[in-house]
Amino acid sequence: MDMIMHMIWNDAFWFAVIRVTTPILYATLGAVIASRAGAINIGIEGTMLTGALMGVLFSAFTQNAWIGLLASMVSGALLGALLAYFALKMKSNIVLTGIAINILSAGGTIFLLTTITGDKGISTSLNSKVLPNIDIPFIADLPVVGSVLSGHNVLTYLVLVCIVMVHILFNHTALGLRIRAVGEAPESADSVGIDVFKIKIIALVLSGVLAGIGGAFLSMGYMSWFSAGMTAGRGYIALAARAIAGNSSVGALFASLLFGFADTLSNYLQSVQIPVEFIHMIPYVITILGFIVISIVNNKRELMRKKRQLG
Amino acid sequence: MRKWKHHVDLFELLRILLALIIAIGVSALLILITSETPLYSLSVFLFAPFEKLKYFSNVLEMMVPLTFTGLSLCIVYQSKNFSLIADGCFYMGAVAAAFVAIKFVMPFGLHPFVAMAIAGIVGGFIGVLPGIIKIKWQANELVSSLMMNYIFYFLGLYIINYFLRDPQASVFASYKFSPTFALPGILEGTRLHAGFLIAMASVVLVYFYIYKTKWGYELRIVGDNLNFAKYSGINTAKVLVVSQFIAGTLAGVGGAIEMSGMYKRFIWDSPPSYAWDGVIIALLTKNNPKYVPFAAFFLSYLRIGADLMSRRSDVDNQIISIIQAVIILLIAAEHFLAKWRLKSENKVAKDKYITANLEG
Repeated sequence: MDMIMHMIWNDAFWFAVIRVTTPILYATLGAVIASRAGAINIGIEGTMLTGALMGVLFSAFTQNAWIGLLASMVSGALLGALLAYFALKMKSNIVLTGIAINILSAGGTIFLLTTITGDKGISTSLNSKVLPNIDIPFIADLPVVGSVLSGHNVLTYLVLVCIVMVHILFNHTALGLRIRAVGEAPESADSVGIDVFKIKIIALVLSGVLAGIGGAFLSMGYMSWFSAGMTAGRGYIALAARAIAGNSSVGALFASLLFGFADTLSNYLQSVQIPVEFIHMIPYVITILGFIVISIVNNKRELMRKKRQLG
Repeated sequence: MRKWKHHVDLFELLRILLALIIAIGVSALLILITSETPLYSLSVFLFAPFEKLKYFSNVLEMMVPLTFTGLSLCIVYQSKNFSLIADGCFYMGAVAAAFVAIKFVMPFGLHPFVAMAIAGIVGGFIGVLPGIIKIKWQANELVSSLMMNYIFYFLGLYIINYFLRDPQASVFASYKFSPTFALPGILEGTRLHAGFLIAMASVVLVYFYIYKTKWGYELRIVGDNLNFAKYSGINTAKVLVVSQFIAGTLAGVGGAIEMSGMYKRFIWDSPPSYAWDGVIIALLTKNNPKYVPFAAFFLSYLRIGADLMSRRSDVDNQIISIIQAVIILLIAAEHFLAKWRLKSENKVAKDKYITANLEG
């Protein structure tokens, strides 16, 4: 226990927590936007994976990391649009459509990588670029705080901007209010002249773009290459984190930090005498526990609300 | 009435066939674009499984796990419970079977069946977990099952690494299974094993369960209309638990049979993910076990064709995932060809109206 405490009270540990939280946070924000529009985007997992590959491929071809990031965003937008088109226009079950996107991405990324580089599963033969790390003036010079908060990848700081933007979107813009209306009562929204299809497609495209950026972070920040299945269920964890966050963007930050903490802890614990398999399990166990706890809380609240209505 | 129903079935069949043709067409196009020997690659992909008895039997061997996950997902989707825990059940079923295969000493004949029984129980208990969490706390089963799949995957790895791993082996592998554990072959000169027969028997049993028993009847009502089921006095929680247990058992048994039919050691350091094929099979068959062998054959044929193609040419076998995705997209799409369906339905209704009037 002392050892764990020693580990946790360490700048490097908290620096790692923030780093590990970043991709989950993008995905969770994506899940929040989809959920606000009344849709479950299970395709986030595959969208991240495709985004990760696109970033690597385009940054390698153009030798420009920013174009790589743009490609990740565009691929995310396209997959979001695909999901929206099939779920809304073709009346598909959105979960099945999301599964299709995940299968397509899991195999399609390997297919594409093999076709282009001849290597199966890893992109190290490509000279792909990474997005820069940033030292924040003033904060970088502070003791402890500086070494935890400064020097992160540019996408880690961008995600903070995204939190604020998503918050503003849902609380202070017409589009955000429309998305909420469409999600909560699509018929009513339709009856007051909101184009439900258009609003939902916008929400799912935004959701895909955020997942795409999360993928770009994985292959151009967290790592400097793409490897098959590198998302490792982060898109699914984001769905649980979304539920824990209760659809708020600030909640998304804390729910993702919970996962980031668990994942970092599991990375650090690998030196301890616990079977490594159990350590790898930690993030998923903590996520599912958090998910169950929040379901219990929501369930209780719902019962209380009903009781009050009756009484 | 009968004629109308027949008409709709025929329409569904046409719709599915068209979706399959489009999916294969998309992959053929990709092969033509990416391969340096496009026509050769394509012909290997589409026809090579028929070249030799060995390849064709590979197709039948691959059908076995797909049939089990397909049946499992048919039951899961009959209950409208979108749990994907079958993946974890299948993997843990295989791990449990490997444990029995290595640690138990048993006579021929009995050994694989004990392994199947234990794997089935393990799979069943894992299978109900997302359902129970849903019943108790309304936690979404899709999300919880996806998390659990990772947890059980690591648990399975732990069991192999700490209890069954062969330190002499240079790669990830368990000790050799006891020879008494192997299922007998059923076709001379191939690896096709008795598990194929068990899979086909399971198809009949699951069909019987869903369409000919009280439990199956309740399951279908719960899936069709949960509120109606509640008001008619069906214990919906019990129906859900029982059906998820049976679904998990099928996946677990499938994992065990795959071990005893096809493997000498446990070598899956990542889950084979046959549950996703199960989702596609459930979708293709409209959750009716009767059609599962056909759908399993189709997917299995594509897998073997793609494997042969990637061995002999420059096209990667992951191309099947693109086919699978297109199939899901098109078949899940209710509006795919819906106008055509509406037209033909209208025509039938009109015909019926005219005949009725004439008779009246």
